[in-house]
Amino acid sequence: MEIVLSAAIGILAASGAWLLMRPRTFQVIVGLCLLSYAVNLFIFAMGRLTVGAPAIMPKGGFVNPDAYADPIPQALVLTAIVISFATTALFLVVMIASRGFSGTDHVDGQERNL
Amino acid sequence: MAEPNLILLLVLLPFAGSVIAATMPTGARNGTAWLSGLIMFAGLLILAAVHRPVAEGEVLRYAISWVPSLGLDLVFRLDGFAWLFVTLVLGIGVLVVLYARYYLAKSDPSPKFFASILAFAGAMVGLLTSGNLIMLVVFWELTSLISFLLIGYWQRSPAARDGARMALVVTAAGGLCLLAAMLLLGQIAGTYDLDGVLAEGSQIRSHPLYGVTLALFLIAAFTKSAQVPFHFWLPNAMAAPTPVSAFLHSATMVKAGVFLLVRFSPALGGTEAWFFTVTGIGMATLLFGAVIALFRHDLKGLLAYSTISHLGLITALAGIGSNGAIVAAIFHIANHAVFKASLFMAAGIIDHETGTRDMRRLSGLIRLMPATGSLAIVAAFAMAGVPLLNGFLSKEMFFAEAVEWHNGTWLDDSLPYIATLASVFSVAYSMRFIMTVFFGPPPVDLPKTPHEPVTWMRRPVELLVLICLVVGIIPGLTLGPTLNMAARSVLGADMPYYSVAVWHGFNTPLIMSLIAMVLGAGLYLVFARAIQNGPEGPPLVHRIQAQRFYERVMLVATWTGPRRLLRLVGPDRLQPQLRLIVLLAIAGTVYMMWGSAGTPPRLGPTELNPGFLVMWIVGASCAIAAAWQAKYHRFAALVLLGGAGLVTCLTFAWFSAPDLAVTQLLVEIVTTVLLLLGLRWLPKRLAEIPGDQLRAARIRRGRDLVIALVFGAAMSAIAFMVMTRPQLATVGDWFLRNAYSEGGGTNVVNVILVDFRAFDTFGEITVLVIVALSVFALLRRFRPATESAGPPEQQVAPEARPLSDYMMVPAVIMQWMFPVMIVLSAYLFLRGHDLPGGGFSAGVTLAIAFLLQYLATHVRLVESQLTVLPARWMGFGLLTAGGTGIGSWVFGYPFLTAHAQYVNLPLIGEVPAATAMIFDLGVFGVVVGATILMLIAIAHQSLRSARTRAHDEAPAREQEEAA
Repeated sequence: MEIVLSAAIGILAASGAWLLMRPRTFQVIVGLCLLSYAVNLFIFAMGRLTVGAPAIMPKGGFVNPDAYADPIPQALVLTAIVISFATTALFLVVMIASRGFSGTDHVDGQERNL
Repeated sequence: MAEPNLILLLVLLPFAGSVIAATMPTGARNGTAWLSGLIMFAGLLILAAVHRPVAEGEVLRYAISWVPSLGLDLVFRLDGFAWLFVTLVLGIGVLVVLYARYYLAKSDPSPKFFASILAFAGAMVGLLTSGNLIMLVVFWELTSLISFLLIGYWQRSPAARDGARMALVVTAAGGLCLLAAMLLLGQIAGTYDLDGVLAEGSQIRSHPLYGVTLALFLIAAFTKSAQVPFHFWLPNAMAAPTPVSAFLHSATMVKAGVFLLVRFSPALGGTEAWFFTVTGIGMATLLFGAVIALFRHDLKGLLAYSTISHLGLITALAGIGSNGAIVAAIFHIANHAVFKASLFMAAGIIDHETGTRDMRRLSGLIRLMPATGSLAIVAAFAMAGVPLLNGFLSKEMFFAEAVEWHNGTWLDDSLPYIATLASVFSVAYSMRFIMTVFFGPPPVDLPKTPHEPVTWMRRPVELLVLICLVVGIIPGLTLGPTLNMAARSVLGADMPYYSVAVWHGFNTPLIMSLIAMVLGAGLYLVFARAIQNGPEGPPLVHRIQAQRFYERVMLVATWTGPRRLLRLVGPDRLQPQLRLIVLLAIAGTVYMMWGSAGTPPRLGPTELNPGFLVMWIVGASCAIAAAWQAKYHRFAALVLLGGAGLVTCLTFAWFSAPDLAVTQLLVEIVTTVLLLLGLRWLPKRLAEIPGDQLRAARIRRGRDLVIALVFGAAMSAIAFMVMTRPQLATVGDWFLRNAYSEGGGTNVVNVILVDFRAFDTFGEITVLVIVALSVFALLRRFRPATESAGPPEQQVAPEARPLSDYMMVPAVIMQWMFPVMIVLSAYLFLRGHDLPGGGFSAGVTLAIAFLLQYLATHVRLVESQLTVLPARWMGFGLLTAGGTGIGSWVFGYPFLTAHAQYVNLPLIGEVPAATAMIFDLGVFGVVVGATILMLIAIAHQSLRSARTRAHDEAPAREQEEAA
């Protein structure tokens, strides 16, 4: 499982990073989304992989922390998901405003000189 | 014991006066001048009051403990040397203030002038009385800063601006070196206390970092004292008003450098490196300044280079460092201050009265202004070192040191010759000053008809010249004791009393003086005409200027260099910057792995589930395909992106993170809708982008592909490494154990978000609100590109169906789903504290419910039936969340302390009732409001552009109808 997940993180990150360095705004926004998947999974994986033991506690009594998934990366990623949506929205607006303003969808607001 | 407080007062008075002066009205020449004069005079009175203990060899200290752990204390100390120096600063300060009162025109802003002068005096006094190394640097830089204001006083003149900037750059750069040197000194000596450092001389000199420390220290002293090759700022600073030059370049600014040399000579001096650098540079400057001064046509230029030369003399003496040399250095500091201040003032009077400073135009002024002329001539004689004047005495002492002191090196052997040669030039330029300005035929064609200045403008000069004479004739009775007091505080109490006398017999120094005077006069008389008609500088070498080098450096550092850097990584090109960020991320990842690659023990990999593998084959293909298609097939890329997102969501569910899975799924929906809304405003990609298949573009893509692959591989590697190492105990264990007992909930993730780390969440929802409002504000000014402004192609095509026919069946379902989704949202919210769900997911769910209504029908229709006020949702959310936090204050707990208990409701049974639920309600409100605001604001753009279209078309239609 670890190999598959780490490979998946790598592929998502590589695709995202490649798109991040592309000249079209839409490529960059898709790249950021892919990168945020990769990063969220990465942070999530820092809590190690646990199957079938979500962090839902019994009501009272002794709790063995080793028996449950680590809640901290989950809490971090949960807020990250929401915030990444917000930044995507902001970037999208900047993107379409820049396109309306400059007439091009190049990230620099002007086409590269050939 | 009032003395220590008096010292603090001595430093603070000028600064306080400066603040008062700065607030006085612009025209208050008299008021500001009186204020400044009185403040400086008060300083002199303080000095008189503390003279007795200081003369007895006591070091007065005033210490305030500030940051003792860093060795930072505010220590002011006053010993004999500082006493003499402060007296010089304030004494000449009073005279400069008096002079400036009459020098400044009515239109000059006098508060600015006098405030700066006072502040400068304060900084100077602070520097001289600093008992702590760091404090000394602060005051040192303060003098540089305020000198910038003073030199650039006439800020409308470009010369003043350039001169001020040059002085600031050179001296402040030196100040940075001084900071480094002082930090090193403090580290070596183990204390930042001045007395402590001075006592550690032998330890400092034998330390391996002595060389570096000395070099940095000397750069600081040399830049401030305008030693070669840093001298060039001083002549350029002559663009300042003359009172400023008289103050800065006689007693204060430039003397700070030699003060530093003399002050630290017990700690750093006495080594061969010290002798060679300090004496060598000093002698070079002495000779260089004297030679150049002879060839300057500008009156103040001559005085400026003469100042440089005299500073070289003092520096050379500090380099020699013997008892006699230090006494001579201190003596010359005082003498030079007195005669140079009077000369600057005289030059200012001449400039003021004739309108020019060019010695080629000035002539025969003694007949027109006899009093000023006589004073200037006496002062110039003092500068030349003519007997019975103060300049002669210290120069004789310098000659004596040059001859007598021997360490047998070549530099030491050559000292008498260089000294005599420089003195020849010094006599020659003083002769030139006297002869060209005051003698010869009456001046013709001057801008103004010269006459004597107002009496009070001449008074300071008179007093200074009188001091030249008195000190020159009866030195032993006047300055002698003070000089010994000052020297003893530098050299130690065991220094023998040094008697200063006019007549030492017919000895070598006297012969050297006589030679210099005869040769100097001869030199001037022979070459007078050639110099007068020649270029502004000595023959042949006047083209070589350190200033050019400075200008080149400044050009590179402030113009070409930054521009080149900007072109390279500048913000007008995004891609290189992002590339840099990715490369940095790779470097960071590799660095992190570097140290920990060998960490055993490893966890055995968990058993592979084939389903999971297949799932990620699909997910990875989606990601790669999205990356591949995002340029020309945006819609396909968007769908593929959604695929990758879904697999991510499933992964969360797989590995025991139901909350994440739910949130990810919901956010995935809104993100997709968001991007779909954005697609409409992007240019069509039907044809290939020009240049897309060129070799350069292929190379760029290839390079980025390599970078991306390395990045992905690094991420994979570090993720794998972490996942296969056992986890150490984290704070997460505590959360798991206490979520129920402390937070009153069983869903630990939710309890963390709304209780344990509620403050973070509060910050986060605030960010969400800010982003939503930014999106809204940005869109208010949105203007679509012209080609996107019209209705989309599908709507204008001839076979297009009416808008209401689109998605008929889904639309009905969506409308029917509205109440169901509201219930779902409420369900997710209510169970959140104990089971997967919570404010975030419930909020997004409700937002989607609204969104579906927009998708299902027409925007106008929805808004006519349904009033959504996103701003109020957000406001309600933030206020609720914040109010919950503040509510805990009422019960005497810190912000956002939660309380939890279960309430037994009839029929329903036991329900959780934690205050965290109210906080979660706030989160819910913010998420609903922010999401809806963003999406609807973007969706509304279609309406707006339709409206502008209608607006634009209306006049055209009217015209048609009219036709």
